[in-house]
Amino acid sequence: MTNLVEIRNLRIEATTDAGRLVEIIKGVSLDIADGEIVALIGESGSGKTTVALSLMGHARPGCRITGGEINVNGKNMAALSEKERAKLRGTNIAYVPQSAAASFNPSSTIMEQVIEVTRIHRLMPPEQARRRAVELFKALSLPDPEGIGARYPHQVSGGQLQRLSAAMALIGDPKLVIFDEPTTALDVTTQIDVLKAFKSVMKAGGIAGVYVSHDLAVVAQIADRIVVLKGGEVQETGKTAEILSAAKHPYTRELLAAFEPKARQTRTDAEAGPKPLLRIDNLTAGYGAVRADGLPLIRAVQSVSLVVEKGRNLGIIGESGCGKSTLARVIAGIHPAAAGDIVFDGKELERTARKRSQDQLREMQIVFQYADTALNPAKPIEDIISRPLAFYHRLDRQARSKRVDELLDMVRLPKALRYRHPAELSGGQKQRVNFARALAANPKLIICDEITSALDTVVASAVIELLKELQRELGLSYIFISHDLSVVEAICDEIMVMYNGERVEQITPDKVKAPTHPYSKLLFSSVPKLDPTWLDGLVRDPELVSQYGHR
Amino acid sequence: MTMARAAASRRSFLGHSYNLVGVLASLVILAWTLVAVFAPYIIPHPIGDIVDDDYFGPMRQGLWLGSDYLGRDMLSRVLMGARYTVGISLAAVSIACFSGVVLGMIAAVTGGWLDTCLSRFLDAMNSIPSKLFGLVVVAAVGSSIPVLILTLAVIYIPGAYRFARALAVNINTMDFMTVARVRGESTAYLIGSEILPNIIRPVLADFGLRFVFIVLLLSGLSFLGLGLQPPLADWGALVRENIGGLPFAAPAVIVPSLAIASLTISVNLLIDNLPQKIRDRDA
Repeated sequence: MTNLVEIRNLRIEATTDAGRLVEIIKGVSLDIADGEIVALIGESGSGKTTVALSLMGHARPGCRITGGEINVNGKNMAALSEKERAKLRGTNIAYVPQSAAASFNPSSTIMEQVIEVTRIHRLMPPEQARRRAVELFKALSLPDPEGIGARYPHQVSGGQLQRLSAAMALIGDPKLVIFDEPTTALDVTTQIDVLKAFKSVMKAGGIAGVYVSHDLAVVAQIADRIVVLKGGEVQETGKTAEILSAAKHPYTRELLAAFEPKARQTRTDAEAGPKPLLRIDNLTAGYGAVRADGLPLIRAVQSVSLVVEKGRNLGIIGESGCGKSTLARVIAGIHPAAAGDIVFDGKELERTARKRSQDQLREMQIVFQYADTALNPAKPIEDIISRPLAFYHRLDRQARSKRVDELLDMVRLPKALRYRHPAELSGGQKQRVNFARALAANPKLIICDEITSALDTVVASAVIELLKELQRELGLSYIFISHDLSVVEAICDEIMVMYNGERVEQITPDKVKAPTHPYSKLLFSSVPKLDPTWLDGLVRDPELVSQYGHR
Repeated sequence: MTMARAAASRRSFLGHSYNLVGVLASLVILAWTLVAVFAPYIIPHPIGDIVDDDYFGPMRQGLWLGSDYLGRDMLSRVLMGARYTVGISLAAVSIACFSGVVLGMIAAVTGGWLDTCLSRFLDAMNSIPSKLFGLVVVAAVGSSIPVLILTLAVIYIPGAYRFARALAVNINTMDFMTVARVRGESTAYLIGSEILPNIIRPVLADFGLRFVFIVLLLSGLSFLGLGLQPPLADWGALVRENIGGLPFAAPAVIVPSLAIASLTISVNLLIDNLPQKIRDRDA
């Protein structure tokens, strides 16, 4: 036994509704040496989290470890009793979940929860545990390490909470820490702090780690080796640099290709000059009580002006809470503006959707981030797509059915899908249906609110390609809202950067390399690159970070 | 392990999986429904005829469930009682759930002052004790079948409203509701086509539960003498009439109680074991 972790021929099965057995992990073998960080990477459903959880001898409800060995520190986790496993969890193996916010108990202080492990395993007296926790808070470069433990989970930011959950994992001095997509839900500027903290703590303690992620660029910064999973099987294993520079397996190449900047379509239709489709002047909107000046108490969008030209795309980029989604909802009339004008296709629009005419509503469609909640789970795809056809275009049953086929074809979905329910589709398929429903209205402008954020890299880049194609065919305009610069860059003619409800800067993609506003500089420089030395070499202006970063 | 066992005890049929308890419960409910429909044709004696020389007679041939406090055939009276108990309760629960659910969905979708007014008004209704409310209504307008149905329905509308509103409010925050609103859909479409399909299962379960409550309340009212008036008798009234048979261990008082219990317990068990539709993505 030379390696800390040796997984041999691991098999995990799940039982479906109908009682059918499905093999979700099909004979995975992998090794992790002492102090080594191995990344498990793959699309959703590839089994990466299932493998990571199996290291603790845990299988999610409905799943069963049916074969193979999971040797961690000389013990076969698959063969141990639940009681023996519980002894090892927290002391030998620890887990950092994806959503720290959901994993903390909101009703007790952070310190209590961080030192809980030492209490359960009787590792050290509470006083000593508290001192150890403060050391960890310092090591993870949390602000106010002495005092932060007395706060409650809702009193710290998402990035801090994620680092606190790492402290919780590390307090039992584990030999192996499992990170399950710990930075996926964070903003790019926050992600950097968290990654840096994780990396330095792991290196300092010589702790081995498993880092589950679908983001190659993030993994490149932190992992020594990468294991690529697909369909419950290992596709490729190699040193990080090797995988990034000389990937052998086609799926790995596909993943890498999704990162390469796409050749942007060059516009040749300069014939008629710019015709504004949507113009917004000094739009202000927000939440809370309306004050004497007619403006709401909390302003999420402050005097934003923008222009979208016919057949062109505007990207809106910014971090969570910058007001970009509120802006989209204001334009669509879901959330009425408090002040400002919206001029669409030469006519001034009412602020609330209820007062707009049916044609105005039809010509501007909005597509939401989460296709899961944007599609009615109780209806088959056919009904979902054909409703706008019946509502706006008053097509009869036959014409509707034909058009549904056409629309499914447009978004590259097989026709047989129309009889399925949303729950029976994959994330990418759902987002395509979501988009097809917007297309069914024959709109002029589609507002895309983070539509690729919930998708895997490869799937997202396929959706972006689809959007470009449809634009060429149908002459649509998009407002593309995202926190992901590479996505916006790939499809937009203009990029507007938002911060704190205000428009900070508007630039064209070819100038992304040289933004003028300091916030744009910080934002753009925070996007991880595939280069493994990027994070260590990154130098950020501390003044900028303290001004704009959410620490 | 528990998953595997649960899967084993369920069988599948027509794309639904069901289990044994659910089937038995639905058989009991079906039997009582058939009895309620065909009671006049299957009763051995007219319900008003005195057929036994003794009162509180025991079970014996010809009088399968004994006789009541006047020597009338208990079997006939229980079978006819099913008619009133099941019929009145079903009518009342249908009215209560339909109005409550529709109002609840409208309140959730519309929001604003309509929601506030409806909610406060129905909360006020809810605060009146149900038996007292029934007592007051019966005292004021007298007891008849339509009055009973309406009273029972009114008593249970607030509960159905609260339940449906709570479910609909959750659905209302989903993005597909926003999409439908921005499309310009009417409230009728929103509640009928977007919300209802998503809450229909819990609403049906609530329907069953409320049916049980109404059966029990109706029996309670009849037991107090406020329900059906003689010579008609539902199960609750049968228990009351024959309460004097308790010291004699007469079947006349036990049988209608068992009838109430069998119906309400079966409905409850059915709700807990509704058949589930199997949707298996890869199958």
